[in-house]
Amino acid sequence: MVTAMTDTTKEKQMTDQRDSINDRVANKESESNAADNRSSMDDIHKNEEFDIEINGTVGKPFVDNVKMSSRNCDVFYGDKQAIFDVNVDIGNHEILAMIGPSGCGKSTYLRVLNRMNDTIPICRVTGEHKLDGEDIYSKKMDPVLLRARVGMVFQKPNPFPKSIYDNVAYGAKLHGLVRTRSDLDDLVEKSLIRAGLWKEVKDDLHKPGTGLSGGQQQRLCIARTIAVDPEVILMDEPTSALDPIATALIEELMIELSGKYTIAIVTHSMQQAARVSNRTAYFHLGKLVEVNETDKVFTNPEHKLTENYITGRFG
Amino acid sequence: MPVNFILITLLALLIFGFILGRARSIKVATEVRNGRYNLHSRPYYYGYMIALWAGIPSLLILLLWTGFDSSIVTSLTASDLPSEIQELSKDERSLVINEIINLAESGKADVNSSEPKLQAAAHYLSLKNISLMAKTVVVFALAILGIIIGLRFVKPEFRARNQVEKIVRWVMIGCASIAILTTFGIVLSVLFESLQFFKSVPFTDFLFGTHWNPQTAIREDQVGGSGSFGAIPLFTGTLLISAIALTIAVPIGLMTAIYLSEYANQAVRSIAKPVLEILAGIPTVVYGFFAALTVAPFIRETGEAIGLHPSSESALAAGVVMGVMIIPFVSSLSDDVISAVPQAMRDGSYGMGATKSETIRQVVIPAALPGIVGGVLLAASRAIGETMIVVMAAGLAANLTANPLEAVTTITVQIVTLLTGDQEFDSPKTLAAFALGLGLFTVTLILNVISLHVVRKYREQYE
Amino acid sequence: MSKQYKNTDTIRAGLKKRYAREKRFQFFGIASIFISFLFLLVLLVNIFSQGYPAFQQTYVKLDVKLDGSVIGVSKDSSPEELFKASYGKLIKNTLKEMFPGVKDRKKKRALKQLVSKSAAYDLRDKIIENPALLGTTQSFWFLAKDDVDVFMKGDIDRTLPEADRRIKDFQLKWIDKLLAENRLEKRFNTTFFTAGDSREPEQAGIKGALIGSLLTMLVTMALSFPIGVLAAIYLEEFAPQNNRWVDIIEININNLAAVPSIVFGLLGLAVFIGFFGVPRSAPLVGGLVLTLMTLPTIIIASRAAIKSVPPSIREAALGLGASKVQTTFGHVVPLAMPGILTGTIIGMAQALGETAPLLMIGMVAFVADVPQGILDPSTVMPVQIYLWSDSPERAFTERTSAAIMVLIAFLVVMNFIAVLLRKKFERKW
Repeated sequence: MVTAMTDTTKEKQMTDQRDSINDRVANKESESNAADNRSSMDDIHKNEEFDIEINGTVGKPFVDNVKMSSRNCDVFYGDKQAIFDVNVDIGNHEILAMIGPSGCGKSTYLRVLNRMNDTIPICRVTGEHKLDGEDIYSKKMDPVLLRARVGMVFQKPNPFPKSIYDNVAYGAKLHGLVRTRSDLDDLVEKSLIRAGLWKEVKDDLHKPGTGLSGGQQQRLCIARTIAVDPEVILMDEPTSALDPIATALIEELMIELSGKYTIAIVTHSMQQAARVSNRTAYFHLGKLVEVNETDKVFTNPEHKLTENYITGRFG
Repeated sequence: MPVNFILITLLALLIFGFILGRARSIKVATEVRNGRYNLHSRPYYYGYMIALWAGIPSLLILLLWTGFDSSIVTSLTASDLPSEIQELSKDERSLVINEIINLAESGKADVNSSEPKLQAAAHYLSLKNISLMAKTVVVFALAILGIIIGLRFVKPEFRARNQVEKIVRWVMIGCASIAILTTFGIVLSVLFESLQFFKSVPFTDFLFGTHWNPQTAIREDQVGGSGSFGAIPLFTGTLLISAIALTIAVPIGLMTAIYLSEYANQAVRSIAKPVLEILAGIPTVVYGFFAALTVAPFIRETGEAIGLHPSSESALAAGVVMGVMIIPFVSSLSDDVISAVPQAMRDGSYGMGATKSETIRQVVIPAALPGIVGGVLLAASRAIGETMIVVMAAGLAANLTANPLEAVTTITVQIVTLLTGDQEFDSPKTLAAFALGLGLFTVTLILNVISLHVVRKYREQYE
Repeated sequence: MSKQYKNTDTIRAGLKKRYAREKRFQFFGIASIFISFLFLLVLLVNIFSQGYPAFQQTYVKLDVKLDGSVIGVSKDSSPEELFKASYGKLIKNTLKEMFPGVKDRKKKRALKQLVSKSAAYDLRDKIIENPALLGTTQSFWFLAKDDVDVFMKGDIDRTLPEADRRIKDFQLKWIDKLLAENRLEKRFNTTFFTAGDSREPEQAGIKGALIGSLLTMLVTMALSFPIGVLAAIYLEEFAPQNNRWVDIIEININNLAAVPSIVFGLLGLAVFIGFFGVPRSAPLVGGLVLTLMTLPTIIIASRAAIKSVPPSIREAALGLGASKVQTTFGHVVPLAMPGILTGTIIGMAQALGETAPLLMIGMVAFVADVPQGILDPSTVMPVQIYLWSDSPERAFTERTSAAIMVLIAFLVVMNFIAVLLRKKFERKW
């Protein structure tokens, strides 16, 4: 099973989202196959580090100052269940990091929070999900409005095939947030400054966004997201495709942004979670195992699985 | 021996060679253990080697000989003709030669057959017979020689497999190179005849002339002897019909591709795709028939009902039907490029709160644009080169007009018309068809090369 | 702290318009697909409704008095004399007797044209078969002339003014009389499938064109399949990377796939007929031209099929000590074969429907005989359709549509086989 897991981590370098969804479904499959194998091979080879029962989430999943919350969250891809009964709160202006081995459902859960899973026909989400007390899956909630309020930054920088300026202006133009050209100019400038990209690109605003370096592209995507002035920003492994220097810049940016926005970040790097987040959630095979203050998770985890993961026994 | 008989005998010889070679290899080898010999290659490779050595040269000679046989024999016959025939003009001489060949082949003399012609026919027949005999002898001699030489090479350490594989590889290279030969053949055939055409009609008259009337006089002294070969009306006619076709095919094809790849569920797709495939598979002659017999009268009647007077063969009818014919082409090309746009790009837009159509219009289409442009260029090349629909529905009138309700003619229509009538090979009329063919080939070649390049660059971008 | 998101109202205000635009966009998509549907439907219904009457043909029953003396033969005449006699006279006399009093020259001719010209040949064949019939009176069913046939199928409206009708009033009377005597009958049109082309619609059939198509396809298949597959194998498995010659080949193949078909016709005319002296109008030259035309399709499809065989297969074979050629022909090509065959069938279907290049190489000539070999002059199905579509007679329009139906049936079967093949052997690696 350990080798199976390292195999799936190879698939970490997923090139685009569609593939990654397939992979996730495939991972689910391989896991369920693995489960069958496991029972048959029980006597020969029991993996004690990995096969520990999960009975609900341990730690402190709930907070007082709630921004977003999920109760009894299940997610299905067709017949396969990807997320099992997740209950968690995301506090106002905090950075919540989600960690766990590949295929554990953390990205899937992130996409629940702004209804990105709606774009996948076979995906079904149940449970109660709230943003500021409003049910985000209710009829009254418009996904367009929701996604303006809950922005998202993706694993691979995905600037649009437009100029830097148009990339940042995209959301504002879409939603009709600005009236005049000069307002738009201001917005673009403000967003780029906040994303720490202004100095680098201010003379090249009309060059294509795809021409920037990876780290710059990712900051452009962040600028694009904050131009709509969302309340929550979801980040799906935002630095996994970047070099360490670019990663450091993005991490600094995240901490800076947390003063104004609530941030949920999925990351593969435990160090990154430790560096930037206030709280850390550990996912395992679609279940939420433990949520605690980041310091506590990394120094004194409550659950044995969390401990095994952060000490590198698997993953 | 006729050719197919030679072929069958040759085949038998090759099989014989194979068996000989295989048997000999086993004979010269020593058995190491049961069924394994100290041969470099398996025994059947020695058999193949001999069959190939015998077959390739003899088949090649057979092919070339048969290909050039008739023209060589004919020219030999012609050169032995009496001097009074030699002195005739080129056209008349070829007429006489044709007569002689017919005479020889049918074996029936008629009133026209004079003594020298009969002699020539006999001469022709004897030459043909000699050629056939010689061919048979040479081919079989080569095959047998190949077998004999091959057998001497069969030794345990001889690398028969490598020999065979080398030959197989060269045969494959030959097959792949046929593509180059074809292009070469096209260029040479249209260029050669076109150059002859431009000797009698100046290049500029052809390219910039606005009057097309290829009726040339049979005799020098006839009135209106030269005909006019200004191809501008053909170019504009082709452009007009292609433009109509593209205005129909591009938006509809593109929207079809978008709907099928971005919106449609499995059920819709499983119906729509076969329908498009059927549309793509219907022969153009059927579209032409439909255009001429159903669409054109419909347009004429509708036009008259609203006070217009479309001609019975309008550019519109041909253009509309051609447009529908190209829809599946555009949609499948666009489908390919649209699905090549990474999902991450769409997700980025949805993540900003864009609706599906906003994402498609503002992100997917701009991202796919180079590929779509490439596809449209290919579609344009297809429309320009399409023949049957315009032949059957557009007509022959070389009008210089931009009115889609009038009859126009196109390059392809004129090529067909000029080459399907009865006329001699060297008249400017026939040659004009090749000049038009040269133009057609050049234009479509440019469009194809550009679009293939654009599409390839586009794919590399997202790979 | 206010929980209201500051852009909520602005975004809400625009939502209605944006969703309307979304709806409109989707509608355009559906409409586009619907247009293709509609066109296909109209086309097929149109062809079918025009073509299905051609599968029936009207026959006329005549009681012919086989009086040998009229045409100068007797029971004892030699077969050659029997063959040369003009049996038309017997039929003419029969008709005269049935409809006495026709004096007008024009009407006399019209009377003769109640039955097809082929009636005389039918009669001849029957007499030669059995000369003892001479001297007796026999009933025979003959092909009716196309005008009568068209009228019988209800395509001539008898309520129209006489001047607008192909069948005039006096002819109507004859037909009514024949009908009253049960001498007109519609039967399945076997002639359509057993005869070659003819100037007379009622005698015209598609057998010549079908055989011509078959022979042409055989030539095309025999050449393009091996050449195309070998070329694809070379390009996919053996060709060196970044080799100039290989690049040129690839560019050429891709370009040839998009060259207008008529240009291939010019090539065939100039090179195969003009230079190599291949006989005009023959399936051989048609097959050669179509080979060059379908090669790119087959090569491209075969390459895709070969590419889809996973490298692990090659590595396994090579690892066991097989040579590159053995690996390719023993393992890769058999696994790619379903894909290659599918591509080949689709290429053949394209070639079967191709018309334009064949016009250039003389397959457009009127050929009444069924071709016997690949060197005989012949025509092919699509060209036959083109030729018939040019004829003004209603009966030919009908036959054109029927020929189209036959051609489309063949194409559907070929594509169906290709789909089945793809489904049956589809393999996910």
